Amino acid sequence: MKGADVLAMLHALLAQGVQMTVILLLAPLLTGYVRKVKARLQRRRGPDLVQPYRDLRRLLGKEAVIADNASWLFRVAPYFVFAATWVAAALIPTFAANLMFSWSGDLIAITALLGSARFALALAGMDIGTAFGGIGASREVMIASIAEPAMLMIVFSVALIAGSTQLSTVAEYMLSGAAGIRVSLAMALIALLVVAIAENGRVPVDNPATHLELTMVHEAMVLEYSGRHLAMIEWAASLKLMLYISMIACIFIPIGLAGDTNSPLGNAVGVTSWIAKMAVLGAALGVAETAVAKMRVFRVPNYLGAALMLGLLGVLLLFVSQGM
Amino acid sequence: MIGQLAAVVPAFIVLGVVGIVTARVQAGRVLVYGGSLVLCAVLLGGGLAALTGDIQRIVLPIGIPWVGGHLRLDALSGFFLALIGLGGGGASLFALGYGQSEHHPGRVLPFFPAFLAGMTLVILADDAFLFLFGWELMSLSSWALVMAHQDEATAPSAPQPGYVYLLMATFSGLTLLLAFGLLAGAGGGLAFDNMRLHAAGPGVTAGAFVLALIGAGSKAGLVPLHVWLPLAHPAAPSHVSALMSGVMTKVAVYGFVRIVFDLLAPQPWWTATLVLVAGGITAVLGVLQAVLERDLKRLLAYSTVENIGIIFVGLGMALAFRLNGFAAGAALAITAALFHAFNHTLFKSLLFFGAGAVLNATGRRDMETMGGLIHRMPVTAFFFLAGCMAVSALPPLNGFASEWLTFQAVLLRPQLPQWGLKLMFPVDGALLALAAALAAACFVRAYGAAFLGRPRTPAAEQATEVDHWSLTAMGGFALLCLLAGIFPGAVIDALAPVSQAMTGARMPVQLADPWLTIAPIAASRSSYNGLLVFSFIAVSMLLTIAAVHRVSRGIRRSPPWDCGFPQAAPDTQYSATSFQQPIRRVFGVIFRVRDSVDMPAPGERRAASITQRRWDPIWDPLYAPIAGLVSWIAERMNVLQFLTIRSYLSFVFGALVVLLLTLALWQ
Amino acid sequence: MSHGLSFDIAHMLAGGLVLVSFLMLYQDRLLALLHVLSLHAVVLALSVAWQAWIQDAPHLFITAALALGFKAILIPMVLRRMVFQMGIHREIETVGGIGLTMLAGIALVALSLEVMLPVTSDVDPVAREDIALALSVVMIGMLMMVTRRNALSQVVGFMSLENGIILAATGARGMPLVVEISVAFSILIALIVIGVFLFRIREQFDTIDVEALDRSRGGQE
Repeated sequence: MKGADVLAMLHALLAQGVQMTVILLLAPLLTGYVRKVKARLQRRRGPDLVQPYRDLRRLLGKEAVIADNASWLFRVAPYFVFAATWVAAALIPTFAANLMFSWSGDLIAITALLGSARFALALAGMDIGTAFGGIGASREVMIASIAEPAMLMIVFSVALIAGSTQLSTVAEYMLSGAAGIRVSLAMALIALLVVAIAENGRVPVDNPATHLELTMVHEAMVLEYSGRHLAMIEWAASLKLMLYISMIACIFIPIGLAGDTNSPLGNAVGVTSWIAKMAVLGAALGVAETAVAKMRVFRVPNYLGAALMLGLLGVLLLFVSQGM
Repeated sequence: MIGQLAAVVPAFIVLGVVGIVTARVQAGRVLVYGGSLVLCAVLLGGGLAALTGDIQRIVLPIGIPWVGGHLRLDALSGFFLALIGLGGGGASLFALGYGQSEHHPGRVLPFFPAFLAGMTLVILADDAFLFLFGWELMSLSSWALVMAHQDEATAPSAPQPGYVYLLMATFSGLTLLLAFGLLAGAGGGLAFDNMRLHAAGPGVTAGAFVLALIGAGSKAGLVPLHVWLPLAHPAAPSHVSALMSGVMTKVAVYGFVRIVFDLLAPQPWWTATLVLVAGGITAVLGVLQAVLERDLKRLLAYSTVENIGIIFVGLGMALAFRLNGFAAGAALAITAALFHAFNHTLFKSLLFFGAGAVLNATGRRDMETMGGLIHRMPVTAFFFLAGCMAVSALPPLNGFASEWLTFQAVLLRPQLPQWGLKLMFPVDGALLALAAALAAACFVRAYGAAFLGRPRTPAAEQATEVDHWSLTAMGGFALLCLLAGIFPGAVIDALAPVSQAMTGARMPVQLADPWLTIAPIAASRSSYNGLLVFSFIAVSMLLTIAAVHRVSRGIRRSPPWDCGFPQAAPDTQYSATSFQQPIRRVFGVIFRVRDSVDMPAPGERRAASITQRRWDPIWDPLYAPIAGLVSWIAERMNVLQFLTIRSYLSFVFGALVVLLLTLALWQ
Repeated sequence: MSHGLSFDIAHMLAGGLVLVSFLMLYQDRLLALLHVLSLHAVVLALSVAWQAWIQDAPHLFITAALALGFKAILIPMVLRRMVFQMGIHREIETVGGIGLTMLAGIALVALSLEVMLPVTSDVDPVAREDIALALSVVMIGMLMMVTRRNALSQVVGFMSLENGIILAATGARGMPLVVEISVAFSILIALIVIGVFLFRIREQFDTIDVEALDRSRGGQE
């Protein structure tokens, strides 16, 4: 291997490392930001933007209290959930496309990686053998059993239009404007918004701030966690939110995305536009959450079912006619 | 080499005879299972060698005199022989330990090698006679194995597994017989070579296709012919269940592929649509019934139905691509289907071994009586978890790799001119996605109810870890699941000769790609790297653990929190039935699930109860009337048993007269 | 296949109409359903206006204005007043679940695409896909009328069906204005008739559930 090759590889590795670090470090900020937007809309002052970081630091420092009969699975699951979510997030083009590892997994793999994380968390919810853990896990898998196919249908629509399931290629195709304005793309966008809300446990599917046990899904599942384990789960949840918002941004508004990481200007534009997109979409999420009420658990299947149907309809249109 | 492989069949039979003689002594078990293990290793090695080798043929002076016994070894049969070797070897290894607890070794030992012999013969056969002979040997010996524990089986009112299985197996053999009859044509060339040359008309081709689909599909468990499978597979001893689910269904898939891709002329397009419809429905219906099931082994059997659906969707896509002249797509689809068949053999064997270990340790199959086994059986629990993750198609394990390939085949979207195919592709994509998500839900539930939580019965509380043979078998398959998941390129490349022979094309060489990435068409279109994903997760997990453990203080054990109301009784935890309640409410429409609660008034001292009624969308409308009709006729015919000898004679005489009359009228 | 932005937007709007039809199928609250009906008409008006623009047919603008005025504003308002005046139960009862209804809707879309696309293969691509989508809207409207028990939501289904017909007509290179106006009036008259009819049912049976009519008929025969 020549010196230049080594240098190029180091550079690529560096860019990938920077992306992973940035997304990891900024994820709690996005959570804090959405909370802040919601608080302001509700005429509250709300906690600081950096409050999630303080929470994480506090949780990490604390002693973890776990139940007597918890097994090794209970202790390993938070780290696995965190790692799987982080890897999935690393595959998303945030400020630049074509990062070093972007081809090691496509959109289907990202969906499945998040599925792995959910699988582990649902198992951990059942490990202690309490009623709350069980109810949370049971509802979580019910929601996932519709949200995941809906997500795959969205992936199919996007992949059929762009001719690729690789997110970087998709983003470049969308950036080139060759996609035009399409019905199926609109359907995929609506479905993706619905799925993103459900997957992140936001209102109206679940409420991340709830303390009413019978309405909890995600919170009930992780009820037994404390200390560093809880910190890992919270961090993974923040990462997942950032992942979904970045994914929506990179498929539907890829403006500013850097094609490769070699030009400093491109990177600067990429980072700026990415942060701007996060701010806009995060604010939109806050507004949406304030505007709607949480729905009953058994209305959620209808809501997600609609997303699944939209996704299916989009794929069907694409199979029947090129122009849609 | 084919000679040696052919010799394995009589060797298995000899082992069966040894089993009869030595059933009562310990050494018999070791001899039979040890011998099977060695023979399976031969099959595995020979099969792998045949994947890359030339086609070999041999004609033996057995079978029908003027036909002879044709045997043939090509890439396709090599692949399936390797599957038998793998699955059969694993089952033999597991049985070396598991068989100790067998109450009636005399009912199992003779038939286990015979079962393997039948399956091997089906794969090696190159004429209809030997094929059907092997098929029936496989059916009958597995039927005997299903009957081994019949006396401790289900309630008398429920359908009897052995009876239903025998009926369906006979039916499947009959349809295949007819299919071969059509293929052989008037000339009656029973050898497969004659059939390949014999160009049948479109009507005959379509007829033979449908018959082959019914015959092989009913053996594989294709809806609506799957009803026997969830009854029969769990009823057998667990290593046999693993063999039936993991290997015998694959032999059925082999039968379908051999007849449809190799022997038949190209079919009309509606046949591919038929396979796609059946596959999609099978996948979703199978997994939905698995979610609703309480019996661990039956749950696994229903999950087999689901996976067969996935395989048939892949085969249907391959047919659709092939008949439209899109060879690259056909190669991708058939590779995905065979890869999934391989994976299913691995993880379903593993899961059935785990269920067998649990059955041995607790004596239970009902998940509502288990719980907390992860503490009592840690090693089994770990391997079972690997199997659950593999079957749920989660990366980085192998189930994901093959489902990913199947999805890539859906996404090829060639311009198919036929409207039925055009519509079925996206619909099957959605059905597969739904099935994958529901499978994850199903196995969270199975694992959570059986291995996690607190023990629900004393039996579960006192369970002990199983023997080393069983653990070795499980561990081996778990490792293979991981390896096939992180090196999918190796499997895909190994399958290339098969797809070349069946579809005339192969997928691009995968192992040449940098970093062992797999890319079915081109890297810019779609690629997946299991190795990188796996090491990425592992490294970031270890780094996180190391970093977090530096800053945080230790852990402390305490009673569970449970929002301040921990309940001591294990009955208060979420059970398998309560876990499926949300899914039951969402998808219960299909099964017309009705829950009725009987809540006594305050002060009354009887227990409250909840009963669940479920309607089987296949059995109740389709099979129940047939069963009713059959027993009605049987009831009427019963009279015939109690007639005088004179009446019997008059029947015979009458029949003779009618036959003669027919003959007279015919001319 | 030619792909200009104007074609894309035309498609988008026609597809949007199908999308809003699905929203209608999804809604199970009466007032929200009326909002969706307004939205349906707005999308139709946009679509017609766009057709007027790209076909350079100014009379279609009148059609668009009619759609906007009558269907997006007037008719929903009247229906809304009816809901309040009659104190109708706000939750709609569907025959079969929403999921099944939407599945049936998808099947209908697939059917209309399959029927329309080959038949009209010699027409230009925009028109033929527009017609296919319009047929889907009509089919979904009918589906809605079939699967809803509430007479008012049957009216809504009928309105969306009519929107589909207009979409088809404008896509097919212009429809005489006279026809359009007469259609609009017939819709209005239909609305009045249905309104009177609804009040009559209400007086007679104290509900607008059409099942009550069936029961009454069963009683007489």
